[in-house]
Amino acid sequence: MTDVIYRPTQSSRRARIALRWGLYLMLSVFAFWYLLPLFVMLTTSLKNLEEIRAGSLLALPREITLEPWRTAWSGACTGIRCDGLQPFFWNSVMLAVPAVMISTLIGAMNGYVIAQWRFRGANLIFSLMLFGCFIPFQVVLLPMARMLGIMNIAGTIPGLIFVHVIYGIGFTTLFFRNYYVTIPAELTKAAKIDGAGFFRIFWSIFLPLSLPIIVVTVIWQFTQIWNDFLFGVSFSQAGTQPITVALNNIVNSTTGVKEYNVDMAAAIIAALPTLLVYVVAGKYFIRGLTAGSVKG
Amino acid sequence: MSPILEIQGLFKNYGSTEILKDINVSINKGEFLVLVGPSGCGKSTLLNCIAGLEPISGGSIRIGGQDMTHVSPKDRNIAMVFQSYALYPTMSVAKNITFGMQVRGVDKATQASKLAEVARQLQIEPLLNRRPGQLSGGQRQRVAMGRALVRDPALFLFDEPLSNLDAKLRVEMRTEIKRLHQDLGASMVYVTHDQIEAMTLATKIVVMKGGVIQQIGTPHEIYTRPANTFVADFMGSPAMNLIPARATPATEGSFIEIGCDTGQPIRLHDPRMAGLSGDILLGLRPEDIVEAGQRHGPLVQNGSVMVEVVEPAGADTFVVARLGGKEVTSRLSADTGAKPGKALEFGFDLSKASYFSPQDGARMS
Repeated sequence: MTDVIYRPTQSSRRARIALRWGLYLMLSVFAFWYLLPLFVMLTTSLKNLEEIRAGSLLALPREITLEPWRTAWSGACTGIRCDGLQPFFWNSVMLAVPAVMISTLIGAMNGYVIAQWRFRGANLIFSLMLFGCFIPFQVVLLPMARMLGIMNIAGTIPGLIFVHVIYGIGFTTLFFRNYYVTIPAELTKAAKIDGAGFFRIFWSIFLPLSLPIIVVTVIWQFTQIWNDFLFGVSFSQAGTQPITVALNNIVNSTTGVKEYNVDMAAAIIAALPTLLVYVVAGKYFIRGLTAGSVKG
Repeated sequence: MSPILEIQGLFKNYGSTEILKDINVSINKGEFLVLVGPSGCGKSTLLNCIAGLEPISGGSIRIGGQDMTHVSPKDRNIAMVFQSYALYPTMSVAKNITFGMQVRGVDKATQASKLAEVARQLQIEPLLNRRPGQLSGGQRQRVAMGRALVRDPALFLFDEPLSNLDAKLRVEMRTEIKRLHQDLGASMVYVTHDQIEAMTLATKIVVMKGGVIQQIGTPHEIYTRPANTFVADFMGSPAMNLIPARATPATEGSFIEIGCDTGQPIRLHDPRMAGLSGDILLGLRPEDIVEAGQRHGPLVQNGSVMVEVVEPAGADTFVVARLGGKEVTSRLSADTGAKPGKALEFGFDLSKASYFSPQDGARMS
């Protein structure tokens, strides 16, 4: 009798362990598959050109050189200029930081109004904003170019900031609105009775509550804006191009020998800030995404 | 002296839906008004209208003798305690209590002294540096009350403040609110769906249903002389028995005959009620149906009925019988000899009886 009861539990335990190991194996395979390109990029960027030409793609560098990184940062040629990525990196910073901050702030304000100050037509306006999220970039290119011309900010960094803020508001509003609808309306009522006005309630009560969703929005917006190529290439000129456009130019405008190591280093440099944002704030990202679903 | 709160002809519509219809209520300083009714009766909406959190569609609201119909909530000289407490989650308890004063620009020294006073009054001194998330339900409730008390308003508003607490704590806090009311002599409007809370706290009760006031009165009036069958049924636990009966005029007063499924009909005589005839509903509280011989008086009249269920509840025993085709509950003493399936001689205390029309449920006297 005991035998009969005992056996299945042991075999089920064995099955569980096997399943667990199978799971790890599967995950490892996928992780390896996913990280392989990054590995190739990193090793290639640390090899010199001869080694790249001679060796295998997957081999570790025999001699580590930082020269390609130096070239990518301050010496590579984009068209006729040969200052590397550096000036464009700062263009992107000057573009992304204000654009992220402004669009996040406006999104927070919009979300606060739509979720907590229910007014006639609030749902319609929210739906229209949502609709704005689904308009493809390409559709707005021409009207936007015309608009920037009229506003006299065509080809400037403020112009690009404007474009990204406008395009980002739909998403940021969505994030904040969905976060703020979970906050009981009684909180706003209590603050009203305490005498706080529209902005006071926003600053003193809602913004301090918003850290998780601010992190989500900042990561989302920063990634979008930093990685954007289409708006960058369409609405910038020689001195104001963001890093993505410069990267493209470096890779495409080499003369003579193709410097793979420099290209790889440049690509990693261009991707580093978004990577950094994820590493620093990634924990909050997951937390913020699931915040609305489970009440704390 | 003018009433502290005076609501005249108040209407509230959402679109074409009427939420509140012709509300007229007034209370004097120091009164404790309880708005009670089933969910969806408009009691919370009425409270929000008094607070100015909901605009009204018609009528007027005066607080402290001033017309406040179109005044914003912060200028109405009120304080409100919410069901969910609505404490500011990112602020400490102290900040929660002083936030209103801070917004109104009260100087720091006054803020500190008022905070200290309220904290002592509610015994929340050790909690002042905590966040609301670190408090228990009862503690949050105290902090929410502290936020209202510190304002020292003309009128306190409570929106079901106890319904998120467990049963034991609810009774404790109920007593505490009553004590606060007595100590402060403050005027309060309190919303609840719990009729026991209403009975224990109120000096005046407003019973509402479907956006219409059914009855306004002291707890005693509401309990002993309900205006209609809704109030009779809603207030009191177990509810008032509404027994279908037939009345015929007598030389003095009226005869009341109650059909009985398992025996002789019961014939009662109420000399006070002249000219009753036809179908009526006889309203009797469970405690006004006693064992024969337990209560004396000319209006205590006996009848024998078969007992269906006996429910001992400690201090009392509830005995259910069937009269006029309906279950009738009586509250008997714990040592009653009633047994299911056996007939029992009941005494009906008609001095406490109410009579209602079966058509519209209205009180007939």
